[in-house]
Amino acid sequence: MMSASILPVTYLLSSILFIFSIRGLASPETARRGNLLGMLGMTVAVVVTMFSPQVSEYYWIMFAIVIGGLIGTVSALKVKMTSLPQMVAAFNGLGGLSSVFISLSEILSGSQTWVESSVGLIIGALAFSGSMIAFAKLQGLMSAKAVVFPGQQILNLLLGLSTIAACVIFCLNGDVRIFYVLAALAIVLGFLLVLPIGGADMPVVISVLNAYSGWAAVGIGFSMHNVLLIIVGSIVGASGAILSYIMVKAMNRSLTSVMLGGFGADGNAVSHTNDTDNKVAKTGNPEDAAFIMENANKVIIVPGYGMAVAQAQHILHEMAKDLHDRYGVEVKYAIHPVAGRMPGHMNVLLAEANVPYEDVFELEDINREFATADVAYVIGANDVTNPLAKTDPSSPIYGMPVLDVEKAKTVFFVKRSLASGYSGVENPLFFADNTIMLYGDAKKVTEQIVAALEK
Amino acid sequence: MMDIWTLLTILTLACFVGYFVVWGVTPALHSPLMSVSNAISGIVIVGALITAGVQTMDTPKILGLIAVGLAAVNIFGGFAVSHRMLLMFKKKKMPRTDSKETK
Repeated sequence: MMSASILPVTYLLSSILFIFSIRGLASPETARRGNLLGMLGMTVAVVVTMFSPQVSEYYWIMFAIVIGGLIGTVSALKVKMTSLPQMVAAFNGLGGLSSVFISLSEILSGSQTWVESSVGLIIGALAFSGSMIAFAKLQGLMSAKAVVFPGQQILNLLLGLSTIAACVIFCLNGDVRIFYVLAALAIVLGFLLVLPIGGADMPVVISVLNAYSGWAAVGIGFSMHNVLLIIVGSIVGASGAILSYIMVKAMNRSLTSVMLGGFGADGNAVSHTNDTDNKVAKTGNPEDAAFIMENANKVIIVPGYGMAVAQAQHILHEMAKDLHDRYGVEVKYAIHPVAGRMPGHMNVLLAEANVPYEDVFELEDINREFATADVAYVIGANDVTNPLAKTDPSSPIYGMPVLDVEKAKTVFFVKRSLASGYSGVENPLFFADNTIMLYGDAKKVTEQIVAALEK
Repeated sequence: MMDIWTLLTILTLACFVGYFVVWGVTPALHSPLMSVSNAISGIVIVGALITAGVQTMDTPKILGLIAVGLAAVNIFGGFAVSHRMLLMFKKKKMPRTDSKETK
């Protein structure tokens, strides 16, 4: 009688702890506490489940938790901060796979919750195989570009329809063999759905997969009539859905167009060369850039994925510190929501380089300040600064919110070449009068500027 | 056993809670949000524990144990990565002031 009421009460407590955990992320000051509350919520949930009458064998369970916990902790502590997006994708995939095994176990042990288990199975399988492809792309195990082949969308459509058909058949007759077929179909579908999605769309994909792992938990919760799984799963699902919405909004695209993929595939480039062919981009050297920046009042740094690739965040912070401490220049950082490979990617990299978070601003908070800035230092970013997004309705990036770097007195672009960005759209800013190109590796160029500043 | 309508009510209300709490997260912490919510989605371990908690060693139990292990990787890894990320978010090194900044 006691334990019958203890279980729901502690599940409620655990849910509240998880809500406060996410709530803590409202500000960097409370974020660490939020993470600890999450751990506490999880501990409460696991311990009370272990002592509930539903669980009566402990040795093997402890064994599984210890092994899994060790693998998870060690890989999380060893991973380099640059490999963070793929790490998150990998963990997410394993969570999805866990849901797959739970629903299989449920059905094999004779559960009659066919519909609910199918939901948990399908969503979990999609989260698993989708995350594996995302992981492979981010880790460089396969091309980060969109992989497209003829008939791809028809194949995906057929596969999607067969998955639904298998699901309906299973829900009608509960045949375990159909459940296996369903699992296989959903896993293959997950692989194929993420294949045609290119590198710069990864922030959306990762957010969507994140949401899936939450909805899979909701499915399991319904099949086991477990309130905790439903509450917590839907909070995670909401989080992933909102992040996907924010990312899609920041690219002015629809979720369908991202998920259908093909954007940024080889040979998909849109050329706008006709009006920029005869223009010449001005080239500068790092010493000139150092001179202009040390005489500026305000410098805004715009980092992009190129900075992450070149590992330039530390030297960038050096540059900002030198400018501020030696020359009294005000330095700020401007972040576009989709810069990088996952939501908030740039913020984490800058934080890693010890950039105080008060100096880092989001697009809508800083965009007006470019007009009063003397220098915009664009490092490894391109599409997110392209003014065509504001002026050219025929451009594929038209309508995407961009950073108004062209309003600064001088714009430096640190880039390897004049090549167009992920969207395949040429950036007319490279040829603007107030733009100076600094060709080379983001890290090397910034190192040379720092050397010049410290002379 | 709770009936389906109670569960659907809980689901709907939880979605609203999630919606409002997540919109409150500052964009600078969207990466930690992903990894914290990822770790939290490891809550499926509760379901895994129940399927793996039976006495008889048969296929459902083995599948349940695999699920426990996978969810544990997800949980421990997710929280550890979040912790590492959040440790990096620092304030400006300034003389100690108690003024709360709103940003």
